[in-house]
Amino acid sequence: MTTVRTLATVAEAVSERGHVLGGGTLLMREVNYRPETVTEILRITDASLKEIRIEMSRITLGAGVTMAAVAARAELAALAPSARSVGGPAIRNMATVGGNLFAPHPYGDFAAALLALDARVHWAGGREEEIESFLAGRDRASGLVTAVSFVPPARGGFRFRKVSRTKPKGVSLMSIAANLTLSGSRVERARIAFGAMGPTPLRAKAAETALEGKTLDEAGIARALTVATDGLAPPDDALASSWYRDRVAPVHLSRLLLERS
Amino acid sequence: MSSIEFRKDLFADERDDNLNEIGKPKLRQDIEGHVRGRTAYYDDHLFDGLLHMRCVRSPHHHARVRSIDSAGAERMAGVRRVVRASDVPHNINTLLSLIGFGRDDEQLIADRKVAYKGEPVLAIIAETEAQARAACAAVRVDWEVLPHVLDVEEALTPGAPVVNEEYPNNCFDYAPYDHVKLRFGDVEAGFAQADRIVEATYEMSPIEQAPIETCGAIAAPETSGRYVCHTGTQALFFSLGTTAKLLDMPSSKLHFIGGTVGGGFGGKVDSLTEPMAVLGAVLTGKPVKFQWDREEEMQVGAPRGAERWIIKDGVMADGRIVARQFTGFFDAGAYTRLSSYAGTKGTGHLPGPYSIPNVASNVFCVYTNRTPATAMRGFGITGVDFAIECHMDRVAEAVGADPIHLRILNAYRDGDMKAHRRRAKNCALVECCQVAAGKAGWRVSPEDMAASSKTGTTADRQAIPETALDEDGRIGDRKAGRMPSARPAKGTKRLPAGTHGRDHKAVPVQRPDMQQLAERVGHRVAPERDAAPAASPTVPARAPDTPTPATAPSRPTAAPPATSSPPAEARPAAAPPQPMPQLQPAQPKPYEPDTPFRQGVRRPGVSRFLSGSRRR
Amino acid sequence: MAQTPVRFTLNGRETGLFVEEAANLLDVLRRGAGDISPKYGCGQGTCGACTVLIDGAPHLGCLTLAATVEGREVRTTGGMADGPGLTALQTAFMEGFAAQCGFCTPGMLMAAKALLDRNPQPTRDEVIEAISGNLCRCTGYEPIVDAILAASGQRGAA
Ligand SMILES: Cc1cc2nc3c(=O)[nH]c(=O)nc-3n(C[C@H](O)[C@H](O)[C@H](O)COP(=O)(O)OP(=O)(O)OC[C@H]3O[C@@H](n4cnc5c(N)ncnc54)[C@H](O)[C@@H]3O)c2cc1C
Ligand code: FES
Ligand code: FES
Repeated sequence: MTTVRTLATVAEAVSERGHVLGGGTLLMREVNYRPETVTEILRITDASLKEIRIEMSRITLGAGVTMAAVAARAELAALAPSARSVGGPAIRNMATVGGNLFAPHPYGDFAAALLALDARVHWAGGREEEIESFLAGRDRASGLVTAVSFVPPARGGFRFRKVSRTKPKGVSLMSIAANLTLSGSRVERARIAFGAMGPTPLRAKAAETALEGKTLDEAGIARALTVATDGLAPPDDALASSWYRDRVAPVHLSRLLLERS
Repeated sequence: MSSIEFRKDLFADERDDNLNEIGKPKLRQDIEGHVRGRTAYYDDHLFDGLLHMRCVRSPHHHARVRSIDSAGAERMAGVRRVVRASDVPHNINTLLSLIGFGRDDEQLIADRKVAYKGEPVLAIIAETEAQARAACAAVRVDWEVLPHVLDVEEALTPGAPVVNEEYPNNCFDYAPYDHVKLRFGDVEAGFAQADRIVEATYEMSPIEQAPIETCGAIAAPETSGRYVCHTGTQALFFSLGTTAKLLDMPSSKLHFIGGTVGGGFGGKVDSLTEPMAVLGAVLTGKPVKFQWDREEEMQVGAPRGAERWIIKDGVMADGRIVARQFTGFFDAGAYTRLSSYAGTKGTGHLPGPYSIPNVASNVFCVYTNRTPATAMRGFGITGVDFAIECHMDRVAEAVGADPIHLRILNAYRDGDMKAHRRRAKNCALVECCQVAAGKAGWRVSPEDMAASSKTGTTADRQAIPETALDEDGRIGDRKAGRMPSARPAKGTKRLPAGTHGRDHKAVPVQRPDMQQLAERVGHRVAPERDAAPAASPTVPARAPDTPTPATAPSRPTAAPPATSSPPAEARPAAAPPQPMPQLQPAQPKPYEPDTPFRQGVRRPGVSRFLSGSRRR
Repeated sequence: MAQTPVRFTLNGRETGLFVEEAANLLDVLRRGAGDISPKYGCGQGTCGACTVLIDGAPHLGCLTLAATVEGREVRTTGGMADGPGLTALQTAFMEGFAAQCGFCTPGMLMAAKALLDRNPQPTRDEVIEAISGNLCRCTGYEPIVDAILAASGQRGAA
């Protein structure tokens, strides 16, 4: 284990073999079960990783911010349901934003919310990346994520729903996040992201397009529902089959979209 | 607590109501330790210099082991000992061999072949758990993957892969048949007479007991050449006997400490971890822990086995069921463990709590390349009860009867003859139906509300009918392609009405030193003296005058006697005084052995709990 | 294996130990500090039997890298009652039959304590949420939820 105290020195420490420790809820599983795969744990104690910065036009969450910390901040009320959907209370006291970005299927409920928010991922060293391209390349990436930032959603425009068999605390059959910009009663712009419907959280782009210019009623969303799972790759796992996920996704999407905000 | 309602109005004349403890809230004697976090489970006994043992396991359902290369692992930091199959002194066992049921079919560490995913082929002992894990990951096994079978009926087809070489027909031998037969009356005649036939198949998946404490044991050398073993087993003396047998050591050398179990539900009787831990302690001279992690508990830990039941009923238009036929498959997984017993026990439960004049069943205990199955909360009964009660609803629908009425109509009444030729007593299904219907706001007719389990038996319901017998399904027939159907066949012989079954016979204790123990603690078979039955099964022991059996041969091959069965199910032949007139046209065949197996503790000054006798 | 020193307070007492670098807090508490009250049920965060309080908030011992508790305050069920008396929560568990085998109990008590310390009058739903990361296979959750409500002085609260 190596402890790195400041971000300035992190670049040298993050090597191919080093595993950054967030809250450890996934990494420590590996340490406990497959110790031979984790040869080096990097612990970064720089205080900036735990920072939440709230500005008018942008919100920045340090990578080390926990789900409990997100859920506790009044200004982040829109994100609270997605943060609270992760694990049980103890998990949420540990699980970090940064770790959730890397969490493999069926995890990544908070990352799905960030995907619907078009978040930017900030790497140590200053590089920034759109979350969508980050997720696509995360398994090959090495380095330290320091923060994510996003434009605060419009009031009432952000919705989140997690579908699981056990409540509370069940793991996702799927999670759905939608960030809608309305103009009058019509959808001007839509971002819809699914968690647990592919190897990483994925956007339902066909559904986004199909919603634009439509009203949020049964007729208005009908087209979006028929293409809801286009471009997704719902996996088979112990919780649900790919077939099942594919069939129920439009049902849950419709509940989310018709929800009164 | 508050959710329990005592219905003392039912059978009120048959019980004392002056009990001091029963029916009253009482603090558990161990609960203060629980809430203080002081209760010591096996892993809470701390040992200095504790070593950790872990297994290399099969990633395949069925494979031959060509070779194992552990050279790299042996050189790794902290590794103290590689444990191979050849290190196990007597590397073959079956759990119920301690009571003489079934043949040895499972190795502690497999040497040539694995038959389920997760079967161990090597173990490594290291200074830390992480080192043991890393070393296990470094072992290279050359596997020859074999075709596998995961479905019970497929496993019985002629070309199926042989799962368990001790049972090449892929099913347990209930000699002379490859299944347990129950025959009562003639189902074919019943079907012919019935107005409707209702048939359906029911299935239950394996169920993992999932105790919060995983299975495990810690063993350490103790004084006087003994080994102490702290274990989470649910069956301390079973585990002790199994360990003694596998390690070929006298049980007097083993000091087993258990009794505090972090949840078991049946999943902690298989005695797999204790022999491993003791073996580790023997080989290293150090305290050794062998503990399953959660993945092992779920993958390797024996679940309640899967079951499949095909039920066919013949029913009259008024709802009387006149014939019921079962075909049952218990999925044992790769090895016998306790599934053979589930087959016998399940059969003893048929046809459910209903008086049916014609019953036939074939129940198979089938080997597949799934995780071996074992006990769980009423195993052998749960799956078939689920099937029977679903089927009752289906039958009710088929004849347009109310489902509660159908149950009350067919329910056992005290004195009825059950299909396995024992008299029904202490029946209470009628009353259960009445109370449950009341709770659910279900309308029940006045006649059904007036019904009682105590009345309603008739001479017909008490009789043992003439019974159709068949010789189908002798061991090996199916595999040889001679018997395509698993269902009860049309009878070819007749057994005269009134013929009772045969009684169980005593089995010898397998290890002489276990017998000594049994005698020392007073669990012994008294000469046939009084007729009252007693409860709680004990380690069967021989009367002192019978010769001590020799040490178990390395691989006993003799099949168990056709009628043998684990003692928990055995009932003494002499029944308590029966309230009903006995219809016994033909005397049952007397005991075969001179020392019959008896249930119950017989120790001077210790009261034997009298079971099963509501009437005094 | 490389060892690293770690100091923390355990149930109010200064504790200093050398631990393996990758050791988790559960192992260190049990084998290092000899506090057997937190239990191993999975080592992967699913059961909650290892729940302890770090600076008052529930954490999973099995997923906490031991070195990260340096300078922090750790509490376990082993240190709940100081002396012959029991806390109200422990008494409620005892009287309400909220433990059968008892293996989940230390973790349950920690999760419940964290809730009541923060929210002395929780609703039933809040109690359910608070113990949602703790599995019990024997008792059934109802008596456990009832006991926590009873300890909060709200016997039979809805
Ligand atoms: C019982 C249980 C229930 C769970 N339930 C859910 C759930 O409902 N929903 C859900 O989404 N997840 C769930 N998880 C998964 C996990 O807890 C969360 O995804 C959590 O957010 C992961 O964060 P962490 O800080 O614990 O990650 P860690 O375990 O610390 O790290 C995870 C991975 O990310 C890497 N990493 C972490 N931080 C950084 C960084 N700043 N820069 C670069 N790499 C980094 C690590 O090296 C590691 O490979 C659950 C886990 C458990 C054990
Ligand atoms: S042992 Fe830590 S959650 Fe199960
Ligand atoms: S009391 Fe046994 S797991 Fe909860």
